[in-house]
Amino acid sequence: MQDADTLKEYRKQCQEALDDDFLRQAMDAFAKAYRTNRVKAFAGMNEKELIAEIAAAKDVAISRLPELYEEFRFKAEQAGVHVHLARTAAEANEIICRIAKDHGCRKIVKSKSMTAEETLLNHRLEADGLEVTETDLGEWIIQLRHEGPSHMVMPAIHLSRYQVADLFTDVTRKKQDSDIEKLVKVARRELRAKYIEADMGISGANFAVVETGAIGIVTNEGNARLVTTLPRVHVALCGVDKLTPTLHDALRIIKALPRNATGQAITSYVTWITGANACATGPEGKKEYHIVFLDNGRMALAQDPDFRQILRCVRCGACANVCPVYRLVGGHRMGHIYIGAIGLLLTYFFHGRDKAKNLVQNCINCGACKEVCAAGIDLPRLIKQVHARIQNEEGHPLPSVLLGKVMSNRKLFHTLLKTAKWGQKPVKEGTTGYLRHLPMIFVREQNFRALPVVADKAFRDEWPAIRPRVDKPRFRVALFSGCVQDFVYPEQMKAGVKVMEGHGVAMDYPMGQSCCGLPLVMMGESKAARDVAEQNVKAMDAAQCDYIITLCASCASHLKHAYPKMLEDDPRLAEAAKVFSAKVIDFSSFVSDVLGLDKNDFSQHGGQGKIAYHSPCHLCRGLGVTEAPRQLLRQAGLDYVVSAEEDVCCGFGGTFSMKFPEESRELLNKKLDNVAASGAGELVTDCPGCVMQLRGGAEVRQDGLRVRHIAEALAERKK
Amino acid sequence: MQTTSKTMLDTFISKAELVSARVSRVKTLEEAFAYTVALCDGKEMCPLLVSGCELNLSEPSMQLCREKIGKIIAAPGLDQEQSTALRTLCADKGMELIHSGLRRHLGGLDIGFTVCDLGIAETGTLVLNSSSEEVRLATMVSETHVAVLPVSKMRGTSYEAEPELLAFMGNTPSYLAFITGASRTADIERVLALGVHGPLELHILLWEDN
Repeated sequence: MQDADTLKEYRKQCQEALDDDFLRQAMDAFAKAYRTNRVKAFAGMNEKELIAEIAAAKDVAISRLPELYEEFRFKAEQAGVHVHLARTAAEANEIICRIAKDHGCRKIVKSKSMTAEETLLNHRLEADGLEVTETDLGEWIIQLRHEGPSHMVMPAIHLSRYQVADLFTDVTRKKQDSDIEKLVKVARRELRAKYIEADMGISGANFAVVETGAIGIVTNEGNARLVTTLPRVHVALCGVDKLTPTLHDALRIIKALPRNATGQAITSYVTWITGANACATGPEGKKEYHIVFLDNGRMALAQDPDFRQILRCVRCGACANVCPVYRLVGGHRMGHIYIGAIGLLLTYFFHGRDKAKNLVQNCINCGACKEVCAAGIDLPRLIKQVHARIQNEEGHPLPSVLLGKVMSNRKLFHTLLKTAKWGQKPVKEGTTGYLRHLPMIFVREQNFRALPVVADKAFRDEWPAIRPRVDKPRFRVALFSGCVQDFVYPEQMKAGVKVMEGHGVAMDYPMGQSCCGLPLVMMGESKAARDVAEQNVKAMDAAQCDYIITLCASCASHLKHAYPKMLEDDPRLAEAAKVFSAKVIDFSSFVSDVLGLDKNDFSQHGGQGKIAYHSPCHLCRGLGVTEAPRQLLRQAGLDYVVSAEEDVCCGFGGTFSMKFPEESRELLNKKLDNVAASGAGELVTDCPGCVMQLRGGAEVRQDGLRVRHIAEALAERKK
Repeated sequence: MQTTSKTMLDTFISKAELVSARVSRVKTLEEAFAYTVALCDGKEMCPLLVSGCELNLSEPSMQLCREKIGKIIAAPGLDQEQSTALRTLCADKGMELIHSGLRRHLGGLDIGFTVCDLGIAETGTLVLNSSSEEVRLATMVSETHVAVLPVSKMRGTSYEAEPELLAFMGNTPSYLAFITGASRTADIERVLALGVHGPLELHILLWEDN
C-alpha cells in the first residue's frame, strides 16, 4: 500500500523495492512468462475485436448505471435478495457490519474482493469484534502478514515459499516444510476448519447481470463456492461498475478476463448465484443473502466524458503484468490498493489526490498497458491527465511552470537552447559529444548515463544549405525534427535526409515548428502542451504536403494520436489537427513502405558485425510499427540479430528519467544487458530520446557498444 | 452432423485435458458407476491423493481430519433407481454411498459424483446446476469429482449455451457452476498446485447417450 507523503519519500521506498533481490527476480520471471502465456491464450482469436466489443458494451452499461441498478434491484429482490446501495466506502462497511450484527454473526469467511480491499472492510469488521478469515490463499497469506495485495490477481506474488512456510509455522504452531504443494495442502486443511465455523460469508462479484439478477464470480481456487455455500449469511460486495445488462456481456468478458489475467482460457470456476438459495443452516432452509453495491465516486465518474472509460476495467491485472515500472518495484510501490496502471487512476478517484499525487508520476508512458488492456482503456493518456489535474488542483511546481512557459514560447526556447551551447563549454568533454561532468542542476543520481552536449549548429540552421533540390517530386513532405534532433543530434536528421534523397522526395523544413509538447504532457502541463500543438499544426501546414515525416518515435506518436484529441474542442483547429495527424508518418515506415527502398538501394557488402535493434515504445505500440525498421536493416545488408525483449522500454521516458533516475537506470541496464547477450556490437533504434539514453548508458558502462539512429546506419550503406 | 460433434468432442477433450482433467468415455450410466467405485477402491491401495491430513496441522484442523472413517461416495441428484444401482456396487466394496446430509462430512469425502447439465467445448467446461446445497458440497468437499457429461449436452461455445444458461438462471433461486479442471492456485511463487479448496482431481466421463 503506497501512501508516501512526498515524492522524495516515495522514491526512497521505490529504491528499497529495487534492492529486494527476491522481488526483482520474481517480477522478472513473471513478466517474461506472462508475455508468452498471454500470446498462447489468445492464439487463434481476434483479440482486438473482442476488446473493442467489451469496451463498447461496457460504455453502454456505464452510461446507464442508475437505471441498471434499479432494474437489478427489482429482479434480485423478487428472488429474495436484500439489495443495498452504499454511497461511500464507510457506508458499505457500516451496512455489512449491521447485517452481521442483525443476524448474530461472529465469524466471517471471505473470498477475494478488491472492492472490500478498497473499503478496508476487514479493519472495520475486526473493530466490531468480528473474526475475519480470507480464504483465497494469497489473500490469506497477506492477511496473516497484515499487508495489502501486491497484485490484483496474485496478491502474494512478492513473497517466497520460505516466507510462507515461516508464516504457516506460526499459524499451525508446527514446523512447516517450504514445499509449495505441501503448503497449499496445509492451507486447504486450516481453511476448511474456518469455513465450518463461519456464520457469514463475504464475496466480491465480477458481474451483476441485470437481465437475471445474478451475480457472477470468477475464481480458480473454488473458495467463493464454499464461502457462498456454508455460512448461513452471504454478503456480496460489488462496485456499481459491475452492473451489466445481459449475460452475454458477462460471457464476453469471460472470454478475455482469464486469458488476460493468467493466460488461462477460463478459470476453474465461474459461479452464478441468482436469488436466495437453499442453505441447510439458514432461516427456513434459505440463505440470508445481501448484495451491497458500492458507489464511492463511480456514479460521478460515469458522468465524466473522458475519464468514464476507467469504469470499463474488469480487474484482470494485465496492465501491471506488462508494466516495466511495476516489474521493477512491485505492487506495494505501484498502487495504493488497486495496482498497476489502472491502480494509479483508481487511487485518485477512489482514495483521493493525496494518495495519488506521487504514484501518477511513476508512469514512464511506454504504452505497454494500453496494448493489453482487456477493455481498451487509454491508460497512459489518462494517467497524464490525472497528473495534470492534480497540478491544477494543488498548484504547479516551479520547474514545471517554467518549462511550460519556456516551451510554449518557441523563440525563447530555441534561444535558450542555442545559448546552452556556450554555457556548456566549461563542462564539455573534448570532442566526445558528452558533458564531462554534469552541471549543478543535475544531481549525482543522473550519473548512470553520459549526457550529450548541445550541437554547435542546430539542424534548422543547416537546413538551407543541405536542402536537396528535386525537380519532379513524387512526394511532398514536411520534416518534423523535434527538439532533440534539431539541437542535439542534427546528424540524425541529416542522415535521414540523405536516405530519402534521390527518390523524388521534395522536403521542406517549416521553421515555425517547435517541441512536439510531449515533455509538457509528462510534466502535467496540459495548457502549454496544447499551445505548442496549435503552433505546430499551424507551422507544418499539412494541406501543403503528402506526409509529415519525423525521425522521433515519441514525437510521431504524440503528433498522430494526442494532437487531434487535444485540439478536438477547438472549432478552428479540430479539422486541421485531423488532417495533420493523418499525414504523420515515422521515418522507417516512410522509407520502407512508401518509398520502398530495398536491397538495390544499399551496398550489400562489408557489414560491420552484428547489429541489434531497440523498438521504441512510441513506435511499436504508439504507432503499431514493428516490421518496417527490421525490414530496412535486412535490406541494407546489415546482420540484424534479435535480442531479448526488444520492445520493452529503455527507461528514458523523457522527464521520467530525471524524476525517477533509479528506475530509469535499472531499465537501461536491463536493456543493455539484453543487447550484450545478443553479441551485437551496434544498436540502432528509431528515436533520438532512446539514443540519448542508450548511448549515454553504453558510454558509462564502457560496453564498447555503438548506438545510433537507424537513419545513420542506413545512410552509411546507401549506394 | 456426426463430424461436427466429433470435432466438438475432440475440442472438449483436449481443452479439459489441458487443465489436468481426466477424460474417459462410457456407454451407460452403469459403466460410470463402475468406474467411480473402481476409482474409489483403488484410492486406498495406491493413495495418489493426499489432501493435507498427513501434514503438520494445527490441533483443530487435525481433529477435522480424524472425523472421516471408511470410504464415502456422495452422489446427490441421482434418482431412486440409479442410487440403488450405485449403492449395490459400493456395498460390494464396503463403501458408503450418501446423497444428503453432506454437512456432516465437511472434513472430506472420497468422491463426489454428479451428472452435468451442459458441456462447453471451447474451454472444456462443465456446467452443473448446483441449486441443491448437497450438489455444491459434493463437488467441493470431495477429494475427487467424477462428473458424467451426456454427449447430447455438449455445446460449442458459451454463446451457444447461452439460452440454456439463461433458462437455468431464470428458475430462481439458482446456483449454477462452470467447472473447468480441478481447484487450483498459483498464489505461492506462481507455482501451480491443484486442490487448494475443492477437488484435487476432476474425472470427466463422456456418456455417449445418443
